[in-house]
Parts: sequence; C-alpha cells; structure tokens
Amino acid sequence: MKTRILGIAALLAVAGATIVGLFVVPPDLNQGDAQRIMYPHVASAWLAYLSFGTTALFGILWLWKRDLRYDAIALSGAEIGVMFTAFAIWGGMMWGRPVWGVYWQWEDPRLTTTALLLALYVGYLLLRRLTDDPERRATRAAIVGIVAAVDIPIVHFSVQWWRGLHQTATIASPDRALDPAAPMIFVGTLLGMVGAFTLTWAYLMIRRYQLARAELAREEEARLGRLRAVQAAAAVSAPQEATR
Amino acid sequence: MSDLGFVVAAYGVIVGGLGLYTVTLWRRLRAARRDDEGR
Repeated sequence: MKTRILGIAALLAVAGATIVGLFVVPPDLNQGDAQRIMYPHVASAWLAYLSFGTTALFGILWLWKRDLRYDAIALSGAEIGVMFTAFAIWGGMMWGRPVWGVYWQWEDPRLTTTALLLALYVGYLLLRRLTDDPERRATRAAIVGIVAAVDIPIVHFSVQWWRGLHQTATIASPDRALDPAAPMIFVGTLLGMVGAFTLTWAYLMIRRYQLARAELAREEEARLGRLRAVQAAAAVSAPQEATR
Repeated sequence: MSDLGFVVAAYGVIVGGLGLYTVTLWRRLRAARRDDEGR
C-alpha cells in the first residue's frame, strides 16, 4: 500500500514537473526553448549515478555478507540505471543538436565516458545471463558492478578535467552551490524535476527488487524440482542395478 | 527540426519511456506473482 502511494506521488510529481518544464518556465535568453531539455536530461543523469552507485554498494555488501537480497538490489540499480543513462544520452543529443549543432561528438570526454558507462552496465546485465547459479552470478556481477562504478566520478568530473563541448556544472559545483549561475526559476524547476524523478526511481527500485526476489524464488523452485527428478531417477535405477 | 521539435522528442522519449518501463515492470511482476500462486 505504501509503495502504491509512492507510485501515485511519483506519477503526480513527474506530471507536474513536466508541465512546469514545458509550459511554465520561460525560454532561455540564449538557448530559447531548447533549454527545457535540461530538466529531464540532468535528472536522468543524476539517477544514473545514483543507480550505479547503488549497484556498486550492494555488490560490495553481497561480497561481504553473502545475502542474495543485496544482489537483487544491485541488479535493480543496474537495470534502472541503464534506462536512465539511455535517457540522459537521448536528452543530451536532443539538446546538443540545436545548441552545439551536432547530436554527438566522440572527442567530448563527457559524452564518451557516459557512452562507456552505458556499455559497462549493459555488459553487467548480459553477464548475469551467463550462469544459472545465483551465487556465482551474484559474485561475478558484483565485481563488474564495482569496477564499472569507477567510471561514475570520471563521467562527472570529465567536464573539469578535460576540454570538450559539454558545459561544466551549473549548480552542482561547490563554488556555485549557494549562488547558482542560472536564474532561480530554472534552478527551482530543475530541482523539482530531480525530486520527481528521484521519487519515481525509489518506486521503480522497490518494484524491480520485488520482481528480482520473485524470479529468484522461481529459479530456486525449478532447481529443487530438477534435483528431486534426478533423485527419483536414481532411486528407481538403484534397485535394478542391485538385482543384476 | 525546430527547437520545439527537439524538446518534444526529448520529453516524449524520456517521460514516455519512464511510463513504458513502469508498465512493463508491473506486468513482469504480476506474471511472476501469478506463477508463484500457481505453484
């Protein structure tokens, strides 16, 4: 019931933030309407970081505590993170074309490291399909999830470390935290969209975790069924062997 | 394509994709729970 209320709150928040982003906020003086893409683009990027950070953290917890519930949370983070990374890239491309004149540029460190982040966690999800053994799968996935998370700070700080097309942080850099360069209506709308997407993320994480637990229970049931069938076959063949 | 076209494409895919993923997740979860009850 609480999860359902969270889902309804998330739906209303996303609908409200979308309406504000599309119709209430004025166009930017330089970028015009294209600036409206910033809200879902930045919110998606933030949730990609949060998702993959969660995957890495719960991967560490799995390796430490050996509790498959941690692996289920890590999996949820990876799947949802891949979705938000794809959204961030799509939003960036739609914003880049009218503002930079190109959809994509491989020389840009932020773009390239984000594409690498997406590839790493798609690889994480594919790796999980290589084995049916839940413990072996969780261990392999945890190692990949932790190693891949090294790319998160590289993506985030790439705009400061190297030159490229992508702008530096507008409101998240420490020297601008209390005095953002963007007008307050833009900052407020951005924070609203980030809040709405974060609520949605929390809801999706809960539901994906529930699904992962149900899938694990089904797998376990199937494994036990196979084991029982093997034992039954052995029990049938053993007396026949003894009578020969 | 005009700036508004890019805005619509961005919001359409992101907000629409979020909705699509949520509905897909519900259906997967409901199917998994139905399997559990069937066992």
